[in-house]
Amino acid sequence: MICCLVSKASNMFRLVGTSSLKCGTETTGSGVLHKMIVRGLHTTQNLAHGEYEWKDPETEDEVVNITYIDKNGNKIPIRGKVGDNVLYLAHRYGIEMEGACEASLACTTCHVYVLGDFLEKLPPPEEKEDDLLDMAPFLKENSRLGCQIILKKEYEGMELQLPQATRNFYVDGHKPSH
Amino acid sequence: MRQLLLWVGHTCNRLRILPQKRFSSSAASTPKICIVGSGPASFYAAQHLIKTLPRAEVDIYEQLPVPFGLVRFGVAPDHPEVKNVMNTFTKTAKSPQLRFIGNVTLGRDLSLRELRDAYHAVLLAYGADEDQELGVNGEKLSNVLSARRFVGWYNGLPRDTDLPVDLNVEEVAVLGQGNVALDVARILLTPIDRLKNTDITEHALEALSRSRVRRVRLIGRRGPLQVAFTIKELREMLALPDCITVCKLQDFEAVRPLVPGLERPRRRLTELLCKAADSSPSGDLDESKRHFHLVFFRSPLSFYPSPDVPHAVGSMKLVVNQLDGQQQAVPTAITETVQCGLVLRSIGYRSTQADPALPFDTGRGRVPNISGVVHPGLYVAGWLATGPVGVILSTMTQAFGVGRAVEADVCSGRVDASQARPGHTAVAKLLSDRGVTTVSWKDWERVDAVERSRGEKVGKPREKIVDVQEMLAVSVGAGGT
Repeated sequence: MICCLVSKASNMFRLVGTSSLKCGTETTGSGVLHKMIVRGLHTTQNLAHGEYEWKDPETEDEVVNITYIDKNGNKIPIRGKVGDNVLYLAHRYGIEMEGACEASLACTTCHVYVLGDFLEKLPPPEEKEDDLLDMAPFLKENSRLGCQIILKKEYEGMELQLPQATRNFYVDGHKPSH
Repeated sequence: MRQLLLWVGHTCNRLRILPQKRFSSSAASTPKICIVGSGPASFYAAQHLIKTLPRAEVDIYEQLPVPFGLVRFGVAPDHPEVKNVMNTFTKTAKSPQLRFIGNVTLGRDLSLRELRDAYHAVLLAYGADEDQELGVNGEKLSNVLSARRFVGWYNGLPRDTDLPVDLNVEEVAVLGQGNVALDVARILLTPIDRLKNTDITEHALEALSRSRVRRVRLIGRRGPLQVAFTIKELREMLALPDCITVCKLQDFEAVRPLVPGLERPRRRLTELLCKAADSSPSGDLDESKRHFHLVFFRSPLSFYPSPDVPHAVGSMKLVVNQLDGQQQAVPTAITETVQCGLVLRSIGYRSTQADPALPFDTGRGRVPNISGVVHPGLYVAGWLATGPVGVILSTMTQAFGVGRAVEADVCSGRVDASQARPGHTAVAKLLSDRGVTTVSWKDWERVDAVERSRGEKVGKPREKIVDVQEMLAVSVGAGGT
């Protein structure tokens, strides 16, 4: 449901090109607005935010296997590919990662923990991402925003854990199973 | 193709969920749930409910003819990316399980009792829209205003459109050091060229273009370690063109040794504040620039009229505070007077009791609840439940939690959904009998289209309609171009 709700977002505007998408989604510190403009100018084929992640890998070389660990601790292995945005990849497979601002670095709803030594393999967060993480409940040393993680070959085997919802929201011992 | 894939995924998802976890005794009935308010708390709770209770009908009642609450009326116009969340909410609104009914006020057009009778569960998420007053002399002078209403004024909230704001002043005092306070300071100090392509309302843009404001003081009763704004907003202030941030170095003396031991968010924020203090100009200020002053350890004692405009504020007396052992502000005997032709008060917000039948804690300005549950069948989400704190993630997490509580009560039978309730059918009749014009999602889409098209003509994402009667006219296809 989440994927239906979110991944079609902004089909009408914010068009990006296939060829420019990988470089366009690399966070270079040049700012989101700039990023969007770059994407728009290189358009050869129109793709919306998150559309790239719906394409299957064309070759095995592209494949990056990662695992999401959901709020209940369930491990969900996903066959992603180089260039996939971790937020939109989660949407494709119905993993409950929000993305309220649509990867424009204005919210913290795609907060994840990067497990093991993969944290060091990721490019360090921009100042803006760090600023936002400061507002995330349950911030840890290995916190990142999912929308800023773009898969590379060397992330093969990476595990991303979604923060637990606070337990005291549940009444009468109800345990949600989703 | 994409649509099809999505739809198939959607259906499978439901089928997969259904047999294993839902529906015991109430398998045959349709749980009818209504939500009052249409801001983030409402839409996130609705998103959870339509996903986990696929047979439920969820009706959202909104006071205004237009949806999205504070995303439309609170988020600053120069933060358009925060408003992207409206796309997600629109997807939720288009679910066949969801119905939007705008222009309906709880406590005026409908009573809580009537909603309780019509629905199995009622979830209130109408926010916190009343501001706290200072209770000091001179607060009734003109141009002493609520910062929240000032936000409503530039964001097009109908009730604040006629707020009597006079920007023909040089000195502004903002009381409070949270993000609302920083937002209004930033809007007042931002070069007009940076605002003209945002969705700021036309009347505000026009007034701001004639503004004489040169100096904004952000006044807090405590010190740099107690500010409530967040680092992203502070960084924006420090980067404003042609605006200089001014701090007093001595305010930071006691703070600096504590910085390394602070938790990460407070540490990074305080480091940035210390940096701002270090680069703060000493000596005379460059009068060709605008100035933003961070003023600490001060509380307002009284406001005085302006000598030129006797009904308006002209200055205020502040008392100097010290912090006690519990980090609370304690007034000293020292006072000082500052000039201020406009005062914006942002010292806290509270909810109102929309209906006398609603349990309400008048002191704290919210509905007593445990994790969103008032009692089975009645729930509160968002700022009505928690008080006005937190960013959208906090509201989302809380609202999902309340959604889970509703879901649990419906599934366990604590809310008895086995007996059918009339839901919207009954409420629609009441509203029709009372002559209330309602606005559907399709109607809102007409308003949305007209706003976007008007905006396009002037280089803005949208030109908001600020008058309820015009919203209603446009919503039925009249008067719109």
